[in-house]
Amino acid sequence: MKDTTHTGSAVIEARNLDLTFQTGDGPVHALRDVNLTINKGDFVSFIGPSGCGKTTFLRCIAALEHPTGGTLTVNGLTPDEARMKRAYGYVFQAAGLYPWRTIAGNVKLPLEIMGFSKADQQARVDRVLDLVELSGFGGKFPWQLSGGMQQRASIARALAFDADILLMDEPFGALDEIVRDRLNEEVLKLWARTGKTIGFVTHSIPEAVYLSTKIVVMSPRPGRITDVIDSPLPKERPLDIRDSREFIEIAHRVREGLRAGHQDD
Amino acid sequence: MSWLIGATLFWLAAWALNVRLAASRFGATRAGRITVAALFGITLLVLWEGLVRGFAVSPIILPGPSVIGPKIASSLPILWADFVQTVIKGALTGFAIGALAAFAAAIAIDRSPFLQKGLLPIGNFVSALPIVGLAPVLVMWFGFDWQSKAAVVVVMVFFPLLVNMVAGLQATDRLHRDLMATYSATYTQRLLKLRLPAAMPFFFNGLKIAATLALIGAIVAEFFGSPIVGMGFRISTEVGKLGLDMVWATIAVAALSGSALYGLIALIESRVTFWHPSQRK
Amino acid sequence: MTRAMPVLTVLGAIFALWYLAAIWMNATWVYDQAQRAGTTVTLAQVIPQTMAQARPLLPPPHQVAAELWKGVTAQAITSKRSLVYHGYVTFRGTMMGFALGIVLGVALAMAIVRFRVMELSVMPWAIISQTIPIVALAPMILTVSNQIGIDNREVPKAIISAYLSFFPVLVSMVKGLRSPDHMQLDLLSTYGASDGQTFRKLRLPASLPYFFASLKVAIAAALIGTIVGELPTGAIEGLGARMLIGSQFGEPLIMWAALFAAAILAGGLILIVGLIERMAQARMGVPA
Repeated sequence: MKDTTHTGSAVIEARNLDLTFQTGDGPVHALRDVNLTINKGDFVSFIGPSGCGKTTFLRCIAALEHPTGGTLTVNGLTPDEARMKRAYGYVFQAAGLYPWRTIAGNVKLPLEIMGFSKADQQARVDRVLDLVELSGFGGKFPWQLSGGMQQRASIARALAFDADILLMDEPFGALDEIVRDRLNEEVLKLWARTGKTIGFVTHSIPEAVYLSTKIVVMSPRPGRITDVIDSPLPKERPLDIRDSREFIEIAHRVREGLRAGHQDD
Repeated sequence: MSWLIGATLFWLAAWALNVRLAASRFGATRAGRITVAALFGITLLVLWEGLVRGFAVSPIILPGPSVIGPKIASSLPILWADFVQTVIKGALTGFAIGALAAFAAAIAIDRSPFLQKGLLPIGNFVSALPIVGLAPVLVMWFGFDWQSKAAVVVVMVFFPLLVNMVAGLQATDRLHRDLMATYSATYTQRLLKLRLPAAMPFFFNGLKIAATLALIGAIVAEFFGSPIVGMGFRISTEVGKLGLDMVWATIAVAALSGSALYGLIALIESRVTFWHPSQRK
Repeated sequence: MTRAMPVLTVLGAIFALWYLAAIWMNATWVYDQAQRAGTTVTLAQVIPQTMAQARPLLPPPHQVAAELWKGVTAQAITSKRSLVYHGYVTFRGTMMGFALGIVLGVALAMAIVRFRVMELSVMPWAIISQTIPIVALAPMILTVSNQIGIDNREVPKAIISAYLSFFPVLVSMVKGLRSPDHMQLDLLSTYGASDGQTFRKLRLPASLPYFFASLKVAIAAALIGTIVGELPTGAIEGLGARMLIGSQFGEPLIMWAALFAAAILAGGLILIVGLIERMAQARMGVPA
């Protein structure tokens, strides 16, 4: 094997990825020459200031945007093919639940579209609602729930059809810090229990360091990767790991990376 | 004179009571709101009666409620026949056809941005035109009976409904659309599971506007020719005979039908779009 | 250009359909005539005859345009046969109703926002008033004002027109006067501002965009009200009266010309109000 990064466990591979938007003010380089390999079971965070292309990259993986150059594969397929095979669940910045459906109805939505059997649908809804600790709330409507609970429901929705990859785009950005800490813990538990590959966009350094096995630092104009940090933290992470020396060192390195990217301007 | 004073006193007393009710805790409840509004309505009727009697207004100019009420009671068969002819056959048939046509047309042009761009400005413009003016033409085409009235109503309600429905189908969240994209949902799935439900508040807004237009269209069309039954026919002939009590009786029926139709649509709306922020309890 | 293309295409399609419909609908009459005369006609002979009938079931566009042109230019604009004259009568009625509607709508909105009892008593009835088919009232209002001794037809027309146009203004103004949020209101109370000051400095300016936005709906409603007011009255002036005359004397061309004159008037009024709205927005710093 010539290229050592093409191992069997690679789930997402980006090679020389470019994405240029044509706007009225001329071309905008949202992504330039992005190279990244994400392995099965990784928890990868993308961090950087706004406009660095972290969300755009995630949207490319989900085939919501289409790169203008380079190659991108998901499970060895193009993103569009991977989507048809239900390779990933996507969690957006806002919960985006349909207000006319109950929580259970919302979780059921992808299952209806993908044609799961009625009995299977109900079993899956029960299982994932339990997973995000929302059992008993299935009959409620989204607007009757708090913001944190709505976001948990949207995670359940992304989990319902058992995709291997979970893509999360600043899922807790709009929540307050206390709720956010608890949900971070829950996401870690979920990851440990399901063994999914997770791509996670954030602009919070502690969140990125606490959650990830791999931290991708990005910077804007043009959007690009400036540093990839493999975290030495153990898989078991209690909340107070944030006070440990390793945690602070990684956080420091992320901050340095962000600053270096900024000085390039 | 005593009628004038009495009516004025009643008005002052009712208003004072309303001011107190509005400021009280009861005024914040649903029952309180209805009470205040009803009291105000009764006050208007009492003032009307008081003015008519106090100034001894001739019933040829303005009959009081005490004359109109018995007239309604004694002319129920005629009023019912007029109601069936104008509201049920004319307005409601036309309303249903127009609503279905607008709904179907909105979905038909939904897949073509070109048609939407072409039809929307025209639809918007036509919605603002005095379409009632088409009534004489349609009466000429479809004859004097209710079919021509229904046709007028169809034309009147079609464009406001079409414009609302097209706007509604485009009114989905970007986030909700992206979500459907990540599921690789087909066009039909997107339409049924996302865009139609999201368009419902817009559609019902259009229906509420159209409900008023429907009755106006049906009645106006009768001014241009009708069989010897119908609310528009009744009004124009009774005005000619100076039978104003009958005119007012018909107006009362028209008002009641209009409000009932509007209320019915609002009720269905609150069932269908219970999730919309304006409907949440 | 990219915006005009679809509209022009659809307009072209409408005209084409109109011509086809005119041929189809008017052909019956041509065949009837031919049968009565005992002759037969070919389709090629029928088509020209459907384009120029004196009493067509559906006049083709160019016939309507010609009638419209004749109505505007063939006589002095003060003549009773001039569409300009009738259009002016309708325009005058519309403007009176529009002005009356604005005054009524704004005044009611101010009272409703200021006094809770007004909101509870008047607002439900204002809504119900719009579900009453105004045309049922039109002949009434005319007779009553006639009996009271108002000979002027303008007044009852303006009342009907105002009845339709006050409502959009009322609804928008109530929304606009209530649009300042708690923070903005609290700021003024920290200055110890009086009710009047809060109204002048905050509520009124905040409501202006809502006010201008409602005018377009209100002017369209005012025009409809005026035309409806001209219909059942035996009025002899105004575009609505022309439609009635065309209908009663079996002169479809008069009817169609009046209908399109009304459409043109509506378009012009909406355009002007739209311009005023945009100018007001520009002065208030709303990006176009």
